[in-house]
Amino acid sequence: MSVAANEAAEAAERILASHTGAWGGARSALAALLRTRRGQVGMVLLAVFVALALFGPLLAPQDPNAASSFSTSGAQNLEAPSSVHWLGTDESGRDVLSELLYAARISLAVGLAAAIISTLLGTLIGIVSGYRGGWTDRLLMALDDWVLVIPFIPTAIIMASLLGRRAQDWPLGRESVLVLVIGALGWAGTSRIVRSQVLTLKERDYVRRARVLGCSDRTIMARHILPGVLPLVLANGVLYVSLSVLAETTLSFLGLGDPQSFSWGQMLNDAYAAGAMTDGRWAYFVPPGLCVTLLAMGFSLIGYSLEEIVNPTRRERA
Amino acid sequence: MNADPLLEVRDLRVAYRDGGRIVPIVDGASFELRRGEALGLAGESGCGKTTTALSLLGLLPSGLRRVGGELTLRSERGVMLLHRRTPTGWRDLRWRTVSVVFQGAMNALDPVMRIDRQIGEAIRLHEPGADVDARVAEVLERVGIPRSRRDQYPHEFSGGMRQRAMIALALACGPELIIGDEPTTALDVMTQGQILQLLEELRRDLGLALLLITHDLSVIAETCDRVAVMYAGQIVEQGPVKDVFAAPKHPYSERLLAGFTHVGGPRALGEAIPGTPPLPGHVFEGCRFADRCHRVFDECRAGPPPLVVDASGRESRCLLARGS
Repeated sequence: MSVAANEAAEAAERILASHTGAWGGARSALAALLRTRRGQVGMVLLAVFVALALFGPLLAPQDPNAASSFSTSGAQNLEAPSSVHWLGTDESGRDVLSELLYAARISLAVGLAAAIISTLLGTLIGIVSGYRGGWTDRLLMALDDWVLVIPFIPTAIIMASLLGRRAQDWPLGRESVLVLVIGALGWAGTSRIVRSQVLTLKERDYVRRARVLGCSDRTIMARHILPGVLPLVLANGVLYVSLSVLAETTLSFLGLGDPQSFSWGQMLNDAYAAGAMTDGRWAYFVPPGLCVTLLAMGFSLIGYSLEEIVNPTRRERA
Repeated sequence: MNADPLLEVRDLRVAYRDGGRIVPIVDGASFELRRGEALGLAGESGCGKTTTALSLLGLLPSGLRRVGGELTLRSERGVMLLHRRTPTGWRDLRWRTVSVVFQGAMNALDPVMRIDRQIGEAIRLHEPGADVDARVAEVLERVGIPRSRRDQYPHEFSGGMRQRAMIALALACGPELIIGDEPTTALDVMTQGQILQLLEELRRDLGLALLLITHDLSVIAETCDRVAVMYAGQIVEQGPVKDVFAAPKHPYSERLLAGFTHVGGPRALGEAIPGTPPLPGHVFEGCRFADRCHRVFDECRAGPPPLVVDASGRESRCLLARGS
């Protein structure tokens, strides 16, 4: 039996090795994660941003919607950093630091929600495609290829503008359009990875045994195949959060987000429109950019170290 | 014990189609198995042992088809004609009447599912409404897996424990016949002994019939009442283990037995049989073993040797058996 065929199951075994039970497994996976430098840095970054998302509004020095000065000219409202406004104010005279803190919530929520949608879709499609094979597989993989080659930004712009108006009263407001767009276009990679793992899992003796036992295809997929791909899905999903955060920022920067809510991409969009970048008002546009980068980096680092734990062939040889 | 055998296989033929040609894999195998009896199916790799067993379960790999023969199973749930089974019929038969212990328990157990849940799954599938917990506890106790270990994962078990768990799985729905496909091959000799002893106990206590497929004659010697030796898709010799082992009537059985060395005996490698078993599709003029036989004479190549049955019911497919 090849090493590749064993990966997922072995990973699951390793994770389960020291503890039993789902929580014990999660705890030992976390312990393994914290043993790597990447994992440590990633977890610290993630912890900081989660704290910002949870407590941001409490920490914010003022309501980001309250303008401190009013002028019809945006350029006059743009204040340089001062002891009152640590990062200055924006073109409407709002406190940039407060906006930054409020935005953590939206950026994190959109990134997570989009990653969850695309991971669920990708896992479902990958398992069904790999397990069923034949025509089902061919059709789903043709669809997969199609989604993979669609240029992301033009499609996203079209979808967002088509859905935009209808989304006013959805949970995240117009931001939910971004969640849908990113989720709907992002599953294709995940389903490929899952499918290839399922192809090896379904030929393993215990899956055949389950079939002989009389398990239905659904039972086999849910009870015997899914647990085998779960570690892979998890690692991949975490990696995908960082991509989703970046995609959300990109789309908001292009003006497809919700102008009434605060996200880092939206702030960058506003800053660009107000000419902050040409005026060299660093305090306005550098912090949101930095936040996006660090958040994406945090998820990437965690994702990569999870992948290392899960997939022994990726492990660095000491 | 019933007068009629539990399982009766008459002239079983399994083949695959290669272009327009029909290539036989099992070519007219007949045997019987009584309740509480253990039959060993012996032979080199590729002689049709596993195919014979799989056709009893309706599990022939795609491409292989049963092209002839009658398989009758006189179960407590009624007489079943296995050669007329439909897919739902097979599903109903498997596990409740006939179950399997696969080779290499390591791979046949789901690594991420607790042992008791894997066994429970079988019961739930075949007997909805049964008290799953009680039954799982019962079969695990039966095979000697302590209560404290029932909710562990397969990797926490030793090789022997895993094979015990596989046996528990096979017992889950109270079958009447268990097919063991090389059940002890991956185990060390001590563990192998324990597993064979367990099978022996089950057979005695539960009145199970056992069909044991193995290339290891010592396993058959230890466990079985009767042995059937297969070569190139045919049963070439069949009879009580004691008699066959003491005085084989077919040169192939003779050579198989000579291939074994005894611990403490003279230090020598077992004698290998020259040549390899014929490939499927080989066309035979005379005796199938003639080319590798050390007792071959001209008449052997003239035509297929008849099946000789002696007074005690021993069968042999060898011209030399005629005289005795």
